Amino acid sequence: MSTPAAASGKPQARADQPKPAGGKEKIAIGDRFRLWWNSLSRPTQWAVGVPFIILLALLPVVRPPGISTVGTDFGGVMAQFGMIALIAIGLNVVVGQTGLLDLGYVGFYAVGAYTVGLLTSPDSPWNQTGDGGWLSAKWAWLAVLPIAVAITAISGLILGTPTLRLRGDYLAIVTLGFGEIVRLLADNLDTLTRGGQGLSQVAYPRLGESDTAMNGVFAAGYSNGGNINNGVWWFWLSLLLIVLVLLGVGNLERSRVGRSWVAIREDEDAAEIMGVPTFRFKLWAFVIGAGIGGLSGALYAGQVQFVVPTNFNVINSMLFLCAVVLGGQGNKLGVILGAFIVVYLPNYFLGRTEFLWWNINGNAIADYKYLFFGLALIVLMIFRPQGLIPVRQKLMTYGRQIWLAARGKRTKFDDNPAGSDKPGSTAAAEVSR
Amino acid sequence: MSQPDPNQPTTSGDPLLEISNMAVAYGRIEALHGISLTVNPGELVTLIGANGAGKTTTMRAISGILPLSSGRVIFDGRDITRMKAHQRVAAGIIQAPEGRGVFPGMTVQENLDMGHYARKFDSKADYDEALERVYSLFPRLLERRKQAGGTMSGGEQQMLAIGRALMARPRLLLLDEPSMGLAPMIIQQIFRIISEINQQGTTILLVEQNAQQALSRSDRAYIMETGEVIKTGVGKELLVDPSVKEAYLGVGADSGSDTSRAAAPAAGAVAGGAAGAAERPDLRK
Repeated sequence: MSTPAAASGKPQARADQPKPAGGKEKIAIGDRFRLWWNSLSRPTQWAVGVPFIILLALLPVVRPPGISTVGTDFGGVMAQFGMIALIAIGLNVVVGQTGLLDLGYVGFYAVGAYTVGLLTSPDSPWNQTGDGGWLSAKWAWLAVLPIAVAITAISGLILGTPTLRLRGDYLAIVTLGFGEIVRLLADNLDTLTRGGQGLSQVAYPRLGESDTAMNGVFAAGYSNGGNINNGVWWFWLSLLLIVLVLLGVGNLERSRVGRSWVAIREDEDAAEIMGVPTFRFKLWAFVIGAGIGGLSGALYAGQVQFVVPTNFNVINSMLFLCAVVLGGQGNKLGVILGAFIVVYLPNYFLGRTEFLWWNINGNAIADYKYLFFGLALIVLMIFRPQGLIPVRQKLMTYGRQIWLAARGKRTKFDDNPAGSDKPGSTAAAEVSR
Repeated sequence: MSQPDPNQPTTSGDPLLEISNMAVAYGRIEALHGISLTVNPGELVTLIGANGAGKTTTMRAISGILPLSSGRVIFDGRDITRMKAHQRVAAGIIQAPEGRGVFPGMTVQENLDMGHYARKFDSKADYDEALERVYSLFPRLLERRKQAGGTMSGGEQQMLAIGRALMARPRLLLLDEPSMGLAPMIIQQIFRIISEINQQGTTILLVEQNAQQALSRSDRAYIMETGEVIKTGVGKELLVDPSVKEAYLGVGADSGSDTSRAAAPAAGAVAGGAAGAAERPDLRK
């Protein structure tokens, strides 16, 4: 249902040209937020961001009645949000930053999860946690994490090298095929993956083991007796990883790499003619995106301690893409918001019988989530194709400078010709590669 | 207007660009059947031809976007036949592509900054100087610095494409149909600026359908037809060459010399059936 909307929505948004301003424009909340955020200095961004992250981290501990979920554990929902947010950030590098429509991103998620599963599950012939294995049971998950990221990144390289010469629709079709191939391999390599039976008892971080928590705080079924259960711990772990990944991706975006990605997204031919090695940078985007997807997959495998092919259906790719498009392609904070919406809303309605002053069948609403997301995407494409928090508001480019100018802080544009990301001065400072 | 002595093709010293027997094919269809041309340092050279003559294909092959099926491209004494497009940019072959190819979502300033992506400035002062030069050539771009490239008019986008190419400080500037789709007033302006850029010392290879404007401003010109160079000579001489006049300037046919119809060799062919066909061998002399 949401599949065609997600697939066709993206090129539409891309083709959409900035419209000329018709007098005073009303600024939407998302744009207002982005303008405000971009107008802050880096230390102020930290000063605002850190308390916000702490508040977010405390959300599943406090579980405010109106916000917490009733049909399912709120900690688990937040953990799921953390993983999807990580995926959205990774997919955003590929789709939002570089403009490569990847419909098989779930394939990378699966590769990451299966790497952890194959190396640490006792069901797997490649299990390394038992006798004679080189992984200690206690540290297995953490040790396998970088391996999972590396292998997923390599799979991105293997997929990208032949396919990134294709463009647009063709690339979308090939990546769609890749996602299915990974799932079908997992389903059919019975001797390796046990097919549909899946791999169970996947390793997870053994932290905080005690008398009350035999297997540590990350083990399934852990609870401190209050609100803090294993889901909350997984959420905290994914928050930590999100911050690290955001720092890395953010630095890339502000660098020459990011400028190359944006140029490729805008016009690949023009980018090549300006001397951007387009193939190399597309491959980089693919590999980095894949690595982040693999990281999320490894988290997922550890959390549910069980990997099975049905978790990696194509519909998940669409859901990931939905998060990116909904939140705002190209904007890191936007896609995290998109991930939150995609994960939280269905779970919010799950098991609820009343919403505001209506009596509702929450389970039915949750069941039809793909229908609702499909509809939401269609509505979004009509009214706000750039997403909730877009990468850059139409026409009001250089939002930060205009914002500052509007507040009378800086009206002279000519002192620094390069603007907020200072391409000019960095380029001048950079001596040849 | 252009070089001191436009009647004398600058043959002294090595050519900046030398193409010999370049053939390019799209799949099994050959679009260029082995063309040869040279561009000397400081020259303004024009390629003229009708639609489908292979002008843009030539440009794309020179900038490395299309591979050659045979032939050689020598730039500044180096064989660049197998060089990738982005490496050619670094070497100094900069193209302002047909249809402008500005980055629609980037501002004018950001577009210009993409220009020196592969050819970095040694110092901030050099950057400022180059930027100032572009803005003085195109004051309109200065006014529109903060505007997104995609929201500008066709003429402004063309200016931006040329300005962006200039930010790379090209050793050879390839201009592909800068007059395409523009109003006559703007065309005049663009051509004036192209001459100015050339006089400031930039070597230019120009592809045009607007033969009148292009020939009157260029040192030398090549006339292309169906993937071959059929005539070459000094720009102003070709301008008065009867066969060229008839085929590309619309003179001699019923319509008189209207610049907007200049690039219509088909008009000549249609005008006089057998006479048009008889004219073709003449051109090849």
